[in-house]
Amino acid sequence: MQPFAKLLDQLACTQSRNRKIALLADYFTATPDPDRGWALAALSDGLPYSLPLRRILPELMAGTVDPELYRLSRDYVGDTAETVSLLWRDRRKGAASATGDNRSPPSISDVVMTFGTAPRDCVPRLLAETLDRLDISGRFALLKLLAGAPRVGVSARLAKTALAIAFEHEVGEIEEVWHAVDPPYRELFGWLTGKSAKPDPGSRPVFRPLMLAHPIEDEDWARLDPGELNAEWKWDGIRVQIAAIGGHMRLFSRTGDDISKSFPEIASAFTRRHCVVDGELLVVRNGDVAPFNDLQQRLNRKTVSARMLRDYPAHVRLYDLLFDAGEDLRGLPFEERRKRLAAWHENAAPPLTDLSATVRFSSFEELSAIWQGTRADGIEGLMLKRKSSPYLAGRPKGHWWKWKRAPLTLDCVLMYAQRGSGKRSSFYSDYTFGVWRDDGPATLSLEANYGSETDAHAAPGELVPVGKAYSGFTDEELRKLDRFVRTNTLQRFGPVRAVAPTLVLEVAFDAVQFSTRHKSGVAMRFPRIARIRWDKPAVEADTLTTIKALIRAPATL
Amino acid sequence: MRPHRASRWLYPRPEGLYCEPGGFFIDPVRPVDKSVITHGHADHARRGHGAVLATPETIAIMKIRYGEACAGAFQEAAYGEATAVGGVRIGLAPAGHILGSAQVVLDYDGSRVVISGDYKRSADPTCSPFEVVPCDVFVSEATFALPVFRHEPAGREASRLVESIRQQPARTHLLGVYGLGKCQRMIALIRAAGYDAPIHLHGALVALTEFYASQGFEFGALQPIATDARTNRRDFAGSLVMCPPAAIADRWSRRFEDPVTAFASGWMRVRGRALQRGVELPLIVSDHADWPELIATIEQTGAEEVWVTHGREDALVHQLSLMGIPARALTLVGFDDEGD
Ligand SMILES: [Zn+2]
Ligand SMILES: [Zn+2]
Repeated sequence: MQPFAKLLDQLACTQSRNRKIALLADYFTATPDPDRGWALAALSDGLPYSLPLRRILPELMAGTVDPELYRLSRDYVGDTAETVSLLWRDRRKGAASATGDNRSPPSISDVVMTFGTAPRDCVPRLLAETLDRLDISGRFALLKLLAGAPRVGVSARLAKTALAIAFEHEVGEIEEVWHAVDPPYRELFGWLTGKSAKPDPGSRPVFRPLMLAHPIEDEDWARLDPGELNAEWKWDGIRVQIAAIGGHMRLFSRTGDDISKSFPEIASAFTRRHCVVDGELLVVRNGDVAPFNDLQQRLNRKTVSARMLRDYPAHVRLYDLLFDAGEDLRGLPFEERRKRLAAWHENAAPPLTDLSATVRFSSFEELSAIWQGTRADGIEGLMLKRKSSPYLAGRPKGHWWKWKRAPLTLDCVLMYAQRGSGKRSSFYSDYTFGVWRDDGPATLSLEANYGSETDAHAAPGELVPVGKAYSGFTDEELRKLDRFVRTNTLQRFGPVRAVAPTLVLEVAFDAVQFSTRHKSGVAMRFPRIARIRWDKPAVEADTLTTIKALIRAPATL
Repeated sequence: MRPHRASRWLYPRPEGLYCEPGGFFIDPVRPVDKSVITHGHADHARRGHGAVLATPETIAIMKIRYGEACAGAFQEAAYGEATAVGGVRIGLAPAGHILGSAQVVLDYDGSRVVISGDYKRSADPTCSPFEVVPCDVFVSEATFALPVFRHEPAGREASRLVESIRQQPARTHLLGVYGLGKCQRMIALIRAAGYDAPIHLHGALVALTEFYASQGFEFGALQPIATDARTNRRDFAGSLVMCPPAAIADRWSRRFEDPVTAFASGWMRVRGRALQRGVELPLIVSDHADWPELIATIEQTGAEEVWVTHGREDALVHQLSLMGIPARALTLVGFDDEGD
């Protein structure tokens, strides 16, 4: 338990992703089986069970700590497991109040086995005995482990990436076998360390790493021939993979997370099939693709109400066929797979699915004209795929491209700036910007006051925030923005500064949607700073009416 | 509960804790005629008093921080020396908090009250150890008065820092410390842990560290970093830089290559506090008594009654009531209960 406890301590204090990966990789290489497997489970999909510590711990503590002191401590610390780890009387040999427990600390596997097989009524006593054998960090790790979610800033994806780096494999390979193995992952580590064969999924539906596209760059066109490419619409949903075999199916997100539970209607559409397909998960009503916002209502839900199913009906638009029954099609050219997909779909006809349409074109001029129209049609852009490309894991160069519709831009006024984190912690690098409200009587706000003082013209009214961006500028521009924030601060709220509304930021974004998060009632998708308009007077920035006019109706293609 | 009779002659006023027959305040928060100052931290020692009674070290520290003329008159009292003012006998005893820190021992009307100021019980090579003074009423600080606070042995924490420097030679270790006391204690501990390379000091830490050195403390090689100096980021790779806590997230810190931020404070015991500050290497070192020290000290003084101030009074008052010791919170304003 001690190495795992140390790992959790270090992860909690590390912000850099690379450093987290290095810590995890070191741990996975240095720790024997099955401890590392249980740790991996805790950091990814969880242990096979979790204990109701929220109920057990206060009862356990009642016997050792005065309830009022426990309450005051818990309120201060803010986390039950941490409070208990700090308050537990240290009984280890050599500890200040030792009463002589000199058994060595238990390993993770001891703990997982002991608590996994213990009768429920023995758990409090066992827990007390185990806590007695650990120090503060160890007690914290134990309680986090048993509660089921350590929450130490590590995603399952990050843990898998660390495994890949530790054992010099591709992360895609690990994702591919992930759903074929179970904690404590002996077969996985056996394969990674070269001691045994690659785990065989047998009759389980497993994830196959997705093939991803590159954004198309100007210089790519010269190397491309229209006749070699297949074009499709780019849909604004989430990329998914459906794997079905032997009466089981799984709906995977792009990173291999199993999201089947949130979409039972898709699950039943695929349950008795035998295939692996690639597609876009969307909310579709009467043939119309609903805005991304609607799909968001369905994500991350453990239970789905009948009302949800009715109001936000899910649909999968199919892009590709990776396996037809047991046959692996990934080595075939895209054109071939596309034909097989059409044939399979015709034959299997799973409900709530359709094929992603092919966009016909004969020249890049023609394609460009089609692309120009995507915004008006409410489509996110185009996908270009080489007809000869096999299905390759990851983001291989020279096969697939995404050609996103041109971003919208608006001139906004910088309102607030917040300190960044990690390398940027000494910079004000997160910017909240707004537009002028022109849809009602102008209220005289603090900002408007300052605006009228610093500008020659009177301010048009009140500024309302519409978005937040922390990218799109160079390091040099960041330094200039930071200097601007520090010299134009009106008010400070902890890490946030309100600045005089005098600086215009040209913000590029993909779309605007209704939102309750901002006072303005709208929010931008994917905003970034396109240009800093040091030259432009703030009064000439855009208005709320302009931005609301950009909210689009659903796509009907 | 009837308050102890000492509360007739010693009680809080807006300016601070007031001793009526002596006509003086202890650590007053605004300028007064006569004051007794426990130690040099800014929330205890302020400028502008008519007269200051304190240890010679505390007076020297006040003059360094605020200038020679920061009080009308100074009266030095070494530990163990007694003075009488208006029939009140005033003595100072070591508090073990920082160099020159004192408990104020007041005898009047047959009662003895000891005002702890800030104190700790664990060893500190840069100041005299806390001395238990038996008394009737003990006025205790309560900065870390929750049972979750148990500081680590300071030497072990310093070794962790030294170990981290050795393991990551490409990075600069940036250690945030308060400028008075913690800074010098950490330097001494780091030296004792076997680190003998030069230690770089932020300009704000220099004057007080020099004062400690003039008092005979050995700190090894120290190199001040001029605040406006244009330095090469790589100059500090592999080295230890100490700075005030606020400088860690300030523009000042940008001159260092990929720094490991460390912070030495009792608050680092709680993960949320370390996360809040973005500290990569939290060191649990404090110049205040932790929970077991607070309780042990109160028991050792044999006090019949305890007045609790400056911190988490409620938990300590509750604990003392469980122990059958009458206790109450003394509402004094102006103290920094975030002291570390
Ligand atoms: Zn102090
Ligand atoms: Zn204090």
